[in-house]
Amino acid sequence: MSGERILVIDDEPQVRRFLQIALRAHGYEVIEALNGESAIEKCATENPALVILDLGLPDLDGQQVIARLREWSQVPIIVLSVRADETEKVRALDHGANDYVTKPFGIGELLARIRATLRAHQMDRPGNSEVTVGDLVIDIAVHRVRLRGETVKLTRREFDILRLLALNAGRIVTHRQMLHDIWGPAHESETHYLRIYVGQLRQKLGDDPANPRYIENEPGVGYRLMTQDGDA
Amino acid sequence: MTQQDDRPAPEALLAEAKKEGRGKLKVFLGAYPGVGKTFAMLQAAQERRREGIDVVVGIVETHGRAETEALLHDLDILPRKHMPYRGLAFGEMDLEAILSRQPRLVLVDELAHTNIEGGRHEKRWQDVEEILAAGIDVYTTLNVQHIESLNDVIARISGVRVRETLPDKALELADEFELIDLPPDDLLQRLRDGKVYVTEQVGRAMRHFFSKANLTALRELAMRVAAERVDAQMVDYMRAHAVPGPWPAQDRLLVCVNESPVAKNLVRAARRIAERQRIPWIAVNVQTTRHAGLDDVAKDRIAEALRLAESLGGEVVTLHAESDVVAELLSFARQFNATRLLVGRPRRRRWTGLFREAVTQRLIDNAAPFEITIVSPLEPEPTRERIGGGDVRVSFDWRAYLLATGMVAVATAAAYIVWHLLPLPNISLVFVVAVLLAATLCGLGPSIYASFLSFLLYNFLFTEPIYTFTVFRQEELFTIIFFLFVAIVVGNLAARLTRQVETMRSAARRTANLFDFSRRIAAAASLDDVLWAAVHHVASTLPCRSLVLLPDEKGPLHIAAGYPPEDQLSLKDRGAAEWAWENGRPAGWKSDTLPSADWLFLPLTTRRGAVGLLGVSFEDRQRPMMAEQHRLLDALVDQVAVAVERTNLATAIEDARVLTETEQLRAALLSSVSHDLRTPLVSIIGSATSLASYSDALTNEDRQQLILTILEEGERLNRFVQNLLDMTRLGYGALQPNKEWCDPREIAGRALKRLGKSIGSRRIVFDVPENLPALHVDPVLIEQVLVNILDNAVKYTDAVGEIGIAASRRGDLLVIHVTDDGQGIPEEEREAVFDVFYRVRARDRQRAGTGLGLSICRGIIEAHGGRIAAKAPAGGRGTLIEITLPVANPPALIAGDDERLAEPNAAVGRRDG
Repeated sequence: MSGERILVIDDEPQVRRFLQIALRAHGYEVIEALNGESAIEKCATENPALVILDLGLPDLDGQQVIARLREWSQVPIIVLSVRADETEKVRALDHGANDYVTKPFGIGELLARIRATLRAHQMDRPGNSEVTVGDLVIDIAVHRVRLRGETVKLTRREFDILRLLALNAGRIVTHRQMLHDIWGPAHESETHYLRIYVGQLRQKLGDDPANPRYIENEPGVGYRLMTQDGDA
Repeated sequence: MTQQDDRPAPEALLAEAKKEGRGKLKVFLGAYPGVGKTFAMLQAAQERRREGIDVVVGIVETHGRAETEALLHDLDILPRKHMPYRGLAFGEMDLEAILSRQPRLVLVDELAHTNIEGGRHEKRWQDVEEILAAGIDVYTTLNVQHIESLNDVIARISGVRVRETLPDKALELADEFELIDLPPDDLLQRLRDGKVYVTEQVGRAMRHFFSKANLTALRELAMRVAAERVDAQMVDYMRAHAVPGPWPAQDRLLVCVNESPVAKNLVRAARRIAERQRIPWIAVNVQTTRHAGLDDVAKDRIAEALRLAESLGGEVVTLHAESDVVAELLSFARQFNATRLLVGRPRRRRWTGLFREAVTQRLIDNAAPFEITIVSPLEPEPTRERIGGGDVRVSFDWRAYLLATGMVAVATAAAYIVWHLLPLPNISLVFVVAVLLAATLCGLGPSIYASFLSFLLYNFLFTEPIYTFTVFRQEELFTIIFFLFVAIVVGNLAARLTRQVETMRSAARRTANLFDFSRRIAAAASLDDVLWAAVHHVASTLPCRSLVLLPDEKGPLHIAAGYPPEDQLSLKDRGAAEWAWENGRPAGWKSDTLPSADWLFLPLTTRRGAVGLLGVSFEDRQRPMMAEQHRLLDALVDQVAVAVERTNLATAIEDARVLTETEQLRAALLSSVSHDLRTPLVSIIGSATSLASYSDALTNEDRQQLILTILEEGERLNRFVQNLLDMTRLGYGALQPNKEWCDPREIAGRALKRLGKSIGSRRIVFDVPENLPALHVDPVLIEQVLVNILDNAVKYTDAVGEIGIAASRRGDLLVIHVTDDGQGIPEEEREAVFDVFYRVRARDRQRAGTGLGLSICRGIIEAHGGRIAAKAPAGGRGTLIEITLPVANPPALIAGDDERLAEPNAAVGRRDG
């Protein structure tokens, strides 16, 4: 899966330089943009496979860039954002970003997100319906969940949650998106539903919330089904 | 001549200074209409124009005279403002246009003119005052008969009372007078030639007015006014420039005002005398218990006279006397160095006056060292007519008389029964009881009425021959005559007693009210409390609607409090409020400025200037405010102003204190920040330069060590920056917990994970069970708290120490303990470690990045309604930080969801089977 073209949008030359080096070392082709306007232009002309976008740009608001890209393009977007700005992250995800990485970040974390995002994007096409996380295998098409080879009995809600996370394996799924897809638009703010059902799901999967192996919570943002190459 | 006289009199200097920066007013004074004032004014203006001065015509009436109109030629004439009044459009001077046009000189005809209702001011001279204040010179015209203090004299001379009057204090605005003189014969000639403008309505009166005798008298008056002015100006100049001379001692004239219909004439006379002698004057009204019994018409008369005195430039004082009016007056006069007293000639007394000596007479008897002037004004001036017509407030209360009749009827019935059962000789006493009751309950009038009624009934029913008004027996005749006398005297006394009690009660109520108000205002801590107390009190005392307007930071006034609450003012009221605020004088309803507004605004003035406005609005706006309401309002305004200023000062002091503290904190943080930022940077730069320069000379292991150092120190720097960020948010009060339901075990786990490699080989004891209740907190912030505490624990333990994190439920609280077996915190410093300044005192002696974190922890935990403290550790060694957070009940799940939850997944089940 090497050779994919990644567009890095950041106004800090130091950040661009280290991303360039690290990403090239992992076989990606890197193109750069210094501001929002040129980023949108490059997206149209260079056809990147993925976009890494810093939310703080000199000309356009990062949120605007996402919204304008989403008007015509489905290219996956990973947002770079600072901690303690959960609402900004959620807004970016709502506008159509696929995932985010909190600054400052280790390169391992970023590479894992890139891989997960590219993979999930390719999975949108029909094909393999099985998602594997270590010894957990989720077959979305036949509604079957196996842990270390044994079938796990889940209720409909638990399965719905796991299926949604598996479809986006390795990527963040916001609370709002989960509530909207599973309970309907009327319950978008009832985050305590998620806490309870995810709790039950974790129990059935033998996942410890203090040190999760499968389902990770990003406080204030959403849940993520961890992939094996996670935060190595 | 004393030393003092050589120096300029301060008040004279003040008046001079006040005139500087103001425009100059020149008055073209005429003795009567037709002397050519307007013509002279225009001629002067043309001359100014030729000198190159910017002259504008504000308003000029040419009355169609061609030669006058010719003079208007090539002058800049401002268009008039058309004001609708009673269906007609009136062209008024456009004050706003003049002020915005800012010419050097403006011509304003007829200074005594009264503006149409709805204008900014009631009178034109007030417009002129504002123009002058804006630094614009004014030329104006005036006829002598419009001068307020000459009003009486001129009315007497000419038989015509002029309605439009100009207060004398307005004349003091004038810097220059020019008397436009025309001998009476010439005027009469002009009149015959039709050159003088006379409207048809006033034709007859005017023709009488234009008699030679009248004109001569008026001419003399005008000359005298002009001469007096010139004289006054010279005296002013001499005083201001310390020209030595014999100055009159500061004597004062005291004019006694009562409810007499001629009170206003008396005030005018006082003004004239005081003006002539150039001494200050005071109008005094003495209130006794009698005052409360006066009808509204009389009270209004007093109020009007006092207001007139105020507008004529006199001081106004209301005194209270138990009973001796004369003693009170004289003691006041002595106190204020008033040696001249002005009183009206006593009226013809009513029969009650037989028992009392006239005040004037007693004044003359008692006031030996005083000079007393008795004035007998010719005609009572009609009281100002009231809009809405008809005097509805005649104090005839027919119900009181009905009640009195009823009492007499009952007494008659009782007497009749008693008389038939046991014929008493003095049955008349029963009637005395009825008269007494009527006096007590209904007042003086009904008691006298009851006396006569009883007298007649007694005569009719109980004296021989019965059922006639004739009396046979001599002793019965005496009985009924004495009865009448006793009834009237007793009734009179009882009624007066009742009235006195009522007066005292209302006075006591007022005092209690004011006392209560000052106590409430003194107790009110915040500005809002003060304002609320103020508006509520004003509204309930007067009674009226009330408002307080305060300026905000940006400048414009806003309604700070209202009772009943009000949040909008009409355009007119807003205009009045703004004018009152800018000029520091009352404006609005019944005042000089914008009197057609619904609200009256009074500036809340303290020695440091105005702090706001108090607005009042009455239900019945036709009726002027009573003097008593006026006084009460003044007292309240003063108290409110002082209270508002008090809270303003308190806020200012508090602000200054906060500012000092903020400065200290900022300095402390800056030193702490530079230290904490630099420490990790030292390691990072050092390691990186080693790698850059000597990479080849280093072993693989060393290189790895240096890279790890850079990474660790970078992470530490990141944590520190995060702390700084949180600190700023806490400091600005912007830290709003973004609460959601979360699992304590998960938060604790994430915090430990974030510490990552810095834990090293320390042993971690993790005791946060899975079955703990959910917390409703901001998970990101709570995680940050745990990270900060764990970070400290790592720093203060040995490389092989033990760190514990435990959580348990204690009643409605979740208790989290973070422990370590490091050096611990001395007991006396356990509270101080949470203080931002603790970090400051320790300075460089402590390790970087500590201390600040704990004060952030406290801020965050307290924002969640929890507590954080350093406690004595269990084993007596190390540190124990205890966090308690409230546990809330999570909301219920949707009904029906539970049901589906219990039902196993059908697809999975089938596959399994």
